[in-house]
Amino acid sequence: MNEQIGIVIIVVGLLFDVFGCIGLVRLPDIYTRLQAATKSVTLGTCMILIGVCVYTGLGPTGVKALICMLFVLVTSPTAAHAIARGAYKFGVKLAEPKVVDRYADAQPEEAGAE
Amino acid sequence: MSTFIFVALGVLVVASYMCLYRIGCGPTAPDRTVAIDILGVILVGFCALLSLLTGRDFYMSVAIAWALLSFIGTIALAKYLEGVGFDE
Repeated sequence: MNEQIGIVIIVVGLLFDVFGCIGLVRLPDIYTRLQAATKSVTLGTCMILIGVCVYTGLGPTGVKALICMLFVLVTSPTAAHAIARGAYKFGVKLAEPKVVDRYADAQPEEAGAE
Repeated sequence: MSTFIFVALGVLVVASYMCLYRIGCGPTAPDRTVAIDILGVILVGFCALLSLLTGRDFYMSVAIAWALLSFIGTIALAKYLEGVGFDE
């Protein structure tokens, strides 16, 4: 029974991975690519690791999979945040039908305070 | 079960090739950085499935070490991008 549940969770994780990579290829600029790819690929990889843990039980492989899942869950959004800030400082513009840019609205106040 | 894991590894290889396409012809440097980060996270799942296929647990140790190194490399690239200007 555990094997079937693990396989179902792994299949859902694989679907999230593939959809995140399609978003990485198809979307127009860096920020949309960042949010599509990072969120869904992080969820997909975490579901693959949970599926491995459910499939094998709490042996050495399962416990290492849980530790690795916690680590990916903490570090991947941190890296995405750093990349978004670096890309904005690098000077990448938003794609053209843009709606709002709160970061640029917040910049002159900080410059005035300094 | 072995057939299912081979199909799953093939799906992850296809996803990795999409990331490699974005690394190869991303217009700016942050696009390539995002693709490198995503490639690292996908390879962690690849190592987990290899551990399931072979029944050995050291592949999970490889996955943990890979996640650490990928995170450090991505943070270094992002801090590097903050300092460089983008003059078109």
